This record gives sequence, C-alpha cells and structure tokens, in this order.
Amino acid sequence: MNAFVAPIALPNPAHPAQARTYRYDAVDREFLQERIAEFSDQIARRLRGELTEDEFKPLRLMNGLYLQLHAYMYRIAIPYGILNATQLRQLAMIARRWDRGYGHFTTRQNIQFNWTRLEDVPDIMRALADVDMHAIQTSGNCIRNTTTDEYAGADPEEAADPRIYAEIIRQWSTLHPEFTWLPRKFKIAITGAPQDRVAMQVHDVGLVVKRDAAGAIGFEIWAGGGLGRTPVLATKLRDWVPEAELLAYLEAVLRVYNALGNRDNIYKARIKILVRDMGDAFRERVEREFARLPQRAYRLDPEVVAEIAAHFAPPPFARLADNPPAYAAALAGNAEFAAWAKQSVRAHRQPGYASVTISLKPIGGIPGDASAEQMEAVARLAERHSFGEIRVSHVQNLVLPHVRQEDLPAVWQGLREAGLATPNIGLVSDIIACPGMDYCALATARSIPVAQMISERFADLDRQHDIGECFINISGCINACGHHHVGHIGILGVDKRGAESYQITLGGSATNDAALGELVGPGFPYDKVTDAVETILRTYLAERAAGERFVDTYRRIGLGPFKEALYASA
Amino acid sequence: MPVLDAKGHVVTDAWVRIADDAPLPDAPAILSLARLRAETLAGRNAPLGLALDPATQPEEIAELLPRLALVAVPLPKSKDGRAFTQARALREHFGFTGEIRATGHVLPDQWRMLRRCGVSTVELPEGADAAQWQRSRDVIDIAYQPSPSEMTEDGAPPAGSALGLRRRRLAA
Ligand code: SF4
Repeated sequence: MNAFVAPIALPNPAHPAQARTYRYDAVDREFLQERIAEFSDQIARRLRGELTEDEFKPLRLMNGLYLQLHAYMYRIAIPYGILNATQLRQLAMIARRWDRGYGHFTTRQNIQFNWTRLEDVPDIMRALADVDMHAIQTSGNCIRNTTTDEYAGADPEEAADPRIYAEIIRQWSTLHPEFTWLPRKFKIAITGAPQDRVAMQVHDVGLVVKRDAAGAIGFEIWAGGGLGRTPVLATKLRDWVPEAELLAYLEAVLRVYNALGNRDNIYKARIKILVRDMGDAFRERVEREFARLPQRAYRLDPEVVAEIAAHFAPPPFARLADNPPAYAAALAGNAEFAAWAKQSVRAHRQPGYASVTISLKPIGGIPGDASAEQMEAVARLAERHSFGEIRVSHVQNLVLPHVRQEDLPAVWQGLREAGLATPNIGLVSDIIACPGMDYCALATARSIPVAQMISERFADLDRQHDIGECFINISGCINACGHHHVGHIGILGVDKRGAESYQITLGGSATNDAALGELVGPGFPYDKVTDAVETILRTYLAERAAGERFVDTYRRIGLGPFKEALYASA
Repeated sequence: MPVLDAKGHVVTDAWVRIADDAPLPDAPAILSLARLRAETLAGRNAPLGLALDPATQPEEIAELLPRLALVAVPLPKSKDGRAFTQARALREHFGFTGEIRATGHVLPDQWRMLRRCGVSTVELPEGADAAQWQRSRDVIDIAYQPSPSEMTEDGAPPAGSALGLRRRRLAA
C-alpha cells in the first residue's frame, strides 16, 4: 500500500497525465470506432425510414441520446466517475462548440449536455473517442455506468479498491450479448469503504468489496434496491462471493431478472419489484442458476484482475508529512480558507496529501452545472496538483483526489478564481436536484428553481455551518431522479390540480444507515416550500442535543415536533 | 417466410408452422408446447420443432429436447429480450444442439447478439434486406465477454481470437 517512489517534482502539465483510470489500448479504440460506425448507420437508417421511431428509440438510448422537453439530451459516460484532465478539457470543448457552454454532472457520475442537435451527434462521438470516451449504455434498458466511491484509492479507511472491479464490470457489461434488452434499466454501485458513499442499497445491484481474514477479496451482493415510485432498500443475497466468481454470480442475477422481470408494466419492471414479489424464492432461483452455470467459463482469473489493477496503481506520491507549515499557516491566518478547508478537504491515506471536494453548488446556482471555463480551470488544477485526475461524485460535485496539503492554499485560490470555492460541501445548500420542469419531459413540477431558492435563503454560510450536515434532495416528479426518498430532507414536486405542490419527507439516508424518509404531511405550494424548509431547520436547531446532526435529532424526536411547527398555524 | 441462415444467406424455410387444430404433416413441423404434449409422437420420423412462448422457461421443456430438431424463441417486440436468455439456457444448461430460431420482431441490430447467445437462424419479414443484416452483424467484431457460441470450456477465447483481458475477436 505504501509503495513509495522517490520524491518527485510537482507534476508538470507538459507531462502526460498520470491519472489512475483504465487506459485504452488499440483494441478498446477499435471497438469504439466500430460502435460509432454502428450508431451512425442506425441514425442513417432512421432518417431513410428503414427503422421506425419505436425501433430506433432503444438504439439511440443505448447510445446516450435522450429526447427531452426542448431538445436532445446527450449523456456521456464517465466510467465510475473518473476523468483525466485531457478528457475534462475535451468535455469543455464539446460544451462550447456543440452546446451552450456548460455541462451538467449527474448523480450517476456522468455528464449530460442539454442542447444537443441530432446532426451534431456523429461529430461529438468522434470528439469523445479522441479522448477514449463515449456515451454507450448511459440510457436504455441495459446495464448502465457502474458507480463507485469518489474517494476510492484515497480514502484512509478503504478495505479494498472498488475501481478495479468497477472497470471489470464495465468491460463485462459493455454490449453484453444477453443483457442488452432487459425489462428496464439496470444500475450497479460498488463500494470498498466502511462508509457507504455510493448509495449501495438503492441500486439494482449493490456490491461491497471486502477482504477475509486471509486478505482474499470477495463481495457482499445486494439486489433489488431502487427509488422511483416504489422506493425499496436492497436485499442482501450473499455475504461473500469470492473474487473469481463475481461475474458468474452477476450473470446469474441478471439472467433471472431477464427471464422473469415484468415486461408489461413499465412501473413494475425494475428488478426491485421482482425481488420484493418473489422474496426468498428470488435468492434461491439465483443460487440455482449460479450453481449450474459453467463456472470455469465465467471465472474471473486472477491474471485479468492483476492486469486491470495495474491501471489503478497509486500515483507516484512524494514522501511527505501531514500538516505542513504552509497549510497550517494558511488555516490559522485566513478564516475564509479555513472555512472552505473544513468542508472541502478530506483526509488521505498518503501522509501529506488530501482529497479536495469542489462544490458545483454555488449559492443560487444550478446543482451540478459547470461551465466550459470552470471545467478547464479544474483540469488545470488537476494537472498541477492531482496527478491529472478528477472524480465526479454522486452528489454532483467534483473531486481532486490526491492533492499535497502544502498546495491546498494554491488550489483554493485557483478554485476561487473560477467561482468554485463555495464552502458548502455536506451543508444545506449542497443540494441534489433533478432537472425537473426546466428540461425534463416527465416533470410535474420545477426542481432547479426550488434548489436555487433554498440555497439563496441559506446563503449566509455561518448559518449553514451552524446547521451542519444536512442533505436536501429534490425531484420534479415521482420518478425520483433527485433521490428525494433518501434525503435528510426530501422534496418531491407533484401536480395538484394544475398547481405545483411539494411534498416533504424527513429522515431519509442513502448511506450505511440507509432509510426512506417519512412524509411530514400535506404538500406546500411553490412559494411556500422554502419557508417550510426553514421551519424544519429552525425546529431542529431548537430541539437538537449537543453534537447531533439534523438526521440524529429527527431520529430521536420523530416527526411530531416538525409536523407541529409546520402545520400548527394552518 | 424467408429465413436467414447461420451464414447470413436468405433461404426458403424447410419448416412449416402448424396451428393447434391443423393436421400434422409428415414434414418438418413447428408446434406449440400444448400441441406437442398432446400429440402421440411415437412412430413419427419427420423432424419436430417447438415454438416456445416467451414466458416459458427452458427447464419446463427439458424432457422434450431430445425429440426436437428446432426450438423457436420469440421476440414479441424487438425490445423484449427474453429470447436471449432462453437461447442461452438451451445451449448452456441443456446442451441443445439443434436449430434455435429467433422469430417475431427481430432487428438486424440484434442478430450479432442473438447469435452469440446461441441462436442459429432468424425468421425474416418478407422483403428483408439480407445485406443490411450482414452489415449489422459484422459492424462490431470485438466482444468483451465469452458466449456459448465462442466459448471453450474454460472461458478462454478460441485459438486465434484472443485480444487480451477477456476480449476476443468474433468470427464472421
Ligand atoms: S424525477 Fe421526474 S422530473 Fe426529475 S428528472 Fe426524473 S423524470 Fe424528470
């Protein structure tokens, strides 16, 4: 783990990026060109009328192209949320050249452009392929981008590195011959840390990679979690599947789902419904399928794992000590820097280093949006200070995973200049919001403007710090893309006789103590929802015991006091 | 209806689909499961095929497989992918070596994957463009996972097709 390399000079932007992610070889590049040729042919056949819109739709979805309210949305894959600086710069170029100068990072660690023109798609695909990127399987009823911990490989507590297996699953699921026409979309998340940052229990399959007493790798396998109209927490299928059997086990789960999942009703088609309805029989069926698979053929060989793992070897860290004088002095001498560091800087496994979370939630801004200039600024900082590596977090922020602590003041300065130093990570204005009525054809209410109003109401950072950790999640319809069920405060916008009405749930969580929030009472109109959030937080401040976070207080006192405060005057 | 054979050629169909109340001819005939179960087949020499329902699990027909020369797996709509798993289970779990034919609303874009799941032929709509089916099949010839049609016992790519990791070059 502490494989030190002799101290090196600061990474020079002129040197090739050392980002630790899977590096394509000639085969992967050839595959990508073939996929572009295939989709270009499909577009041409659609334009010639050889494919009906019904036939074309799943094909374009599997290539990331989604029809929104005003235009096509193009969702580009960022496998397990890792980018190198060159790729981020290319995304900035695409934003500027073919979109409106910005992009939107999503809760699935991908990026989407909201104003794509169909005729530009082949050019954008080629521009992506130039930096080994694509939009494959970012939509449609197939296995989507596998998400993982944004601090993987940097987290001091991590038991095993989830990136290696996320990449193995990426390759295994890419144009899988059997599982490309599933009943519904299929999302896998994997974590290797004791603290779940991937919302593992609300995924179709959740994986925990861990080690046994002898150090061997195995997986805890969960299935059937999901949000949407029927929120369900996942069921544990297995406590331990050895590394070599991971793919065989996933094959078994997917095979049972593909054969038995509901195909008549789109709202009952996710695996969570099958798991819920079958109960124990689901696990038994998976085990039976697993037992009769040709195990040797599906075996994940240690040689393959080792080869993939090499891509994720630690970057050439310098030998440094924690809390260098430059950092300590800045913390002591600059209150603004210290306030930012408190929220954004995170301990690293390598002494003298830290991970930096970059807020894409400026006060009053659109959660997850970044302009081309901001992407370029982050790419530049990553090259100078983080081995050219950037992560996208599932709460729609960015991360510089490996920054020298002595460089933190310079990184902060660079972020400030780009408008990216809002010190609100984990606080009430670090909101997850789906696109809602502003972009989404399915929306029943606005989502982004609600996030903006709340963020502005709590613009005072001292107040945010006083409130402390609190996650607000907002969805613009029952499909729950903003994960409102698992927000400490969840807000769901619905249509009530032609007017927007916002239902509030409390006490949700997507982490180790995963829970679905409880509905506090009748909904609030658009112009009252911010007041309601304020009332909830005031109630918390009045009731909290020392050291309690919002969610702790809620769990101790329950809905009652919040209900009273919200509806007493009504 | 024309049939696309394993080589990508359009051929005339040697099989006839027999309705449940029609007489059984002394020629290759495809029957429903109910009909097949009801029929006394002793003494019949002409080849038999079964039209599988999308909801039927291959294990339910395991005992019939030795008598069958063809199993038809249906795609009621192109996005209904149960046939992929049915075909794969027939090959992988039950060692079925006869013809597996995809029927229904099949797209040229699905043929490569159907083949990789063990499907041998496709029932084509009248007037289908065989050249398009071949193009769609061949446009991608790299795969990241094994499948029964190109699987050796230990999952390794067959000789000459290994591309490193679990990747392989697909044969045309
Ligand atoms: S939750 Fe509804 S409104 Fe929001 S993005 Fe999803 S489908 Fe659209």
